[in-house]
Amino acid sequence: MGAEFVALSLPPILIGSLAALACALPGNFLLLRRQALIGDAISHVVLPGIVVGFLLTGTVSTWPMLLGAAAAALVAVGAIQLIQRIGRIEPGAAMGVVFTTLFAAGVLLLEQSDTSNVHLDVQHALYGNLESLIWIDATGWQSLLDPEALAWMPPELIRMALVCLIVMAFIGLLWRPLAISTFDEGFARTLGIPATLLGLALVTVSAIAAVAAFDAVGSIIVIAMFICPPATARLMTDRLAVQVALSAVFALVSAVVGYVLAGYGPIWLGYADAVSAAGMIATVSGLLLAAAALVGPRRRGQSA
Amino acid sequence: MGDAPLRVRGLTVSYGASPAVFSADMTVAPGAMTAIIGPNGAGKSTLLKAVLGIVPRVSGQIEVFGAALERQRARIAYVPQRASVDWDFPTRVIDVVEMGLYRRVGLIGRLTRQHRATAGDCLARVGMSDFATRQIGQLSGGQQQRVFLARALAQGADLYMLDEPFAGVDAATEKAIIDVLKSLKDEGRTILAVHHDLSTVPDYFDRVFVINKSPVAEGTVAQAFTQDTLQQAYGGRLATGLLDQLFPATPAAAAPAFPARPS
Repeated sequence: MGAEFVALSLPPILIGSLAALACALPGNFLLLRRQALIGDAISHVVLPGIVVGFLLTGTVSTWPMLLGAAAAALVAVGAIQLIQRIGRIEPGAAMGVVFTTLFAAGVLLLEQSDTSNVHLDVQHALYGNLESLIWIDATGWQSLLDPEALAWMPPELIRMALVCLIVMAFIGLLWRPLAISTFDEGFARTLGIPATLLGLALVTVSAIAAVAAFDAVGSIIVIAMFICPPATARLMTDRLAVQVALSAVFALVSAVVGYVLAGYGPIWLGYADAVSAAGMIATVSGLLLAAAALVGPRRRGQSA
Repeated sequence: MGDAPLRVRGLTVSYGASPAVFSADMTVAPGAMTAIIGPNGAGKSTLLKAVLGIVPRVSGQIEVFGAALERQRARIAYVPQRASVDWDFPTRVIDVVEMGLYRRVGLIGRLTRQHRATAGDCLARVGMSDFATRQIGQLSGGQQQRVFLARALAQGADLYMLDEPFAGVDAATEKAIIDVLKSLKDEGRTILAVHHDLSTVPDYFDRVFVINKSPVAEGTVAQAFTQDTLQQAYGGRLATGLLDQLFPATPAAAAPAFPARPS
């Protein structure tokens, strides 16, 4: 089991867990600020950006794609403002229209462009290529200590770990101002907390997490992880710090259990093929939320 | 004592095209309780928020104890309108009060036992000690208002600014809040509150600032809280019965038993 597990299952599980964590942690604050759909939005908007980045450079390297994603996010924000002003459409609907349109445009671009020789297609955009993130050079657990083998780890792993660190550092260092300004923005300003800047920083960090996770695991996980683990955690506690900690636990549980179920569940049930890990991870996170909604101690109407 | 707790010059605030506050001057007297009064939409809350930098101002100068606002943040405490936050937020009463300690604890400093004791004292001062570990959504409106006041107390400020602290609270809470405010005044601190209920102005406050977009009058209750200034600010929107009750020297024909409270 050792060698095969380290080479084939460990990297995807780690990458999936890191991606889940990177999205779920800022998701707590977005959810409480009623901005939870921003994760959804970003992960849709980045598709055309990534495709354009690819078309302009002809490679699937990270930087052009990330820059393309960032540019697409800017275009989206501008378009939302424009539609709200000119079309007199409420903000939520304007968001929905812009993100769906941009995602659809991304799909069209993908179809029309010659991306057949690279792993850039609609399926990839939706549920990523988690299973293909393998570590061929690994021969067993001892490879974790072998610098030569380590050099051939999937680059997504390093990138996702880095992004996860950025997210955790941001939330850890700015915990107090984030909590205060999320609860009571006006009061936060009177304390001298730059609330607008902090809100922008939160959205930016969320965008970094969304783009990195999108690249590694596809948009389904991104959308699910921004909302499901925080929402589940909210139903379990009335304390912000506990909620954030629990959301991390639920994100990790979803990633690990989802990956294992996708890989082995169908076989246990007698089917031949594994199912999409991204789909299963997102499904597990949704089931956790459903369970918490049914029996969680802090459902609406439940008192302490 | 030379520097007024708050001095505002030529403050104009605008939401969209029309100004919400226009060219307001204001000088808050030290160690007194001042009410900001005026009709709905007169810019009372906006004035407070603009002074505190919560909403941007078009023009105007703000001086707090003789210096720029940014340098005096630590000397100001603020109690926002209760309805301005989501009370379903995952936080307990004591956590909210500890938010008031932010400037003292700092970005990543640890809450010491002393900090916690301070927060507990502030909660006790508003009579809410028994509710320290409750989720804030489980409190009544009056209790929520007291928690906000306790948070302001934790700020340990010299100038307290409150936005409608008595709006929608029960009688016991109103009494508790006014007692705390009066004790703050006795300690030499300054209080400035947006206030809606004209009938309690003379009982609660020393001074008034009457505004209807632009300032109408400013001074002690005897000077500025007059039939004349109120009529000027409220126009026809003031129930005649209320004026009769407030200024019984000029009796009118048929006064209703209860004043219609502006809502």
